[in-house]
Amino acid sequence: MQEPFDFIEIKIPAKPEYVGIVRLSISGIANRLGFSFEEIEDLKIAVSEAITNTVQHAYQGVEDGEVTIGFGLYHDRLEIMVADRGGSFDLSEIKQEIGPYRPEESIEGLREGGFGLFLIEELMDKLEINNDYGVIVIMTKHLHKNGVESNDDEISTTQ
Amino acid sequence: MNLSIDVSRTDDIHYVKLSGEIDVYTAPKLKETILPLTEEEGVSVRVDLEKINYMDSTGLGVFISGLKSAKEHQSELILMNLHERVYRLFDITGLKEVFKIENTVRGGN
Repeated sequence: MQEPFDFIEIKIPAKPEYVGIVRLSISGIANRLGFSFEEIEDLKIAVSEAITNTVQHAYQGVEDGEVTIGFGLYHDRLEIMVADRGGSFDLSEIKQEIGPYRPEESIEGLREGGFGLFLIEELMDKLEINNDYGVIVIMTKHLHKNGVESNDDEISTTQ
Repeated sequence: MNLSIDVSRTDDIHYVKLSGEIDVYTAPKLKETILPLTEEEGVSVRVDLEKINYMDSTGLGVFISGLKSAKEHQSELILMNLHERVYRLFDITGLKEVFKIENTVRGGN
């Protein structure tokens, strides 16, 4: 039997000025599901990073691109899909740029972009990227009610 | 949401007071403001982030370019009054090691 869930979809022009609108939406959706204040802030950053990637990479020089953001509301998690059918970015190239700053790197060599996907990986429980038809980023954050469930890669906020 | 930027100068110190959100929409305006300030040798550019209630990697990008410019022009860039949420981005990316950060503020927005 398929797991029941509610689905919300938002479509925005692939322009920087609309990313903030999706942040307002996700605040409401995540609040509805019962995520904490801290988790909602993480979700806002993660979804913004995904849309920012699309706005910056996929539609260079194209004026009328669109980004579709889908929210799957499950009883124990929120799945967010960010998709564009406009273009695609070089996934292997982007993956190489993912990662934190390392002390041996010089300041001159510091990249000004490239922390976006790294932040999504850090702030969400799961990140998948499908690059076959345009770019689809799917990210998942689980609800941790009363801190019973927890993941290894998460820092506990309750002592 | 938008970003408001207030710049003032006392001797060799530029104060840049920010208020609002730093994202892909507002980051270009911030970069255009901060970069020229760092291009004067010997000055200190102090950016106050106390009233920033949202920032993502686009903000990190702006401050990285500011830091590079400051190094190149022998000025300095200092980030002040970061909320825990904003400081956290510098922490998990490892960038707190390269930035001069003064004062973090408890609590969120």
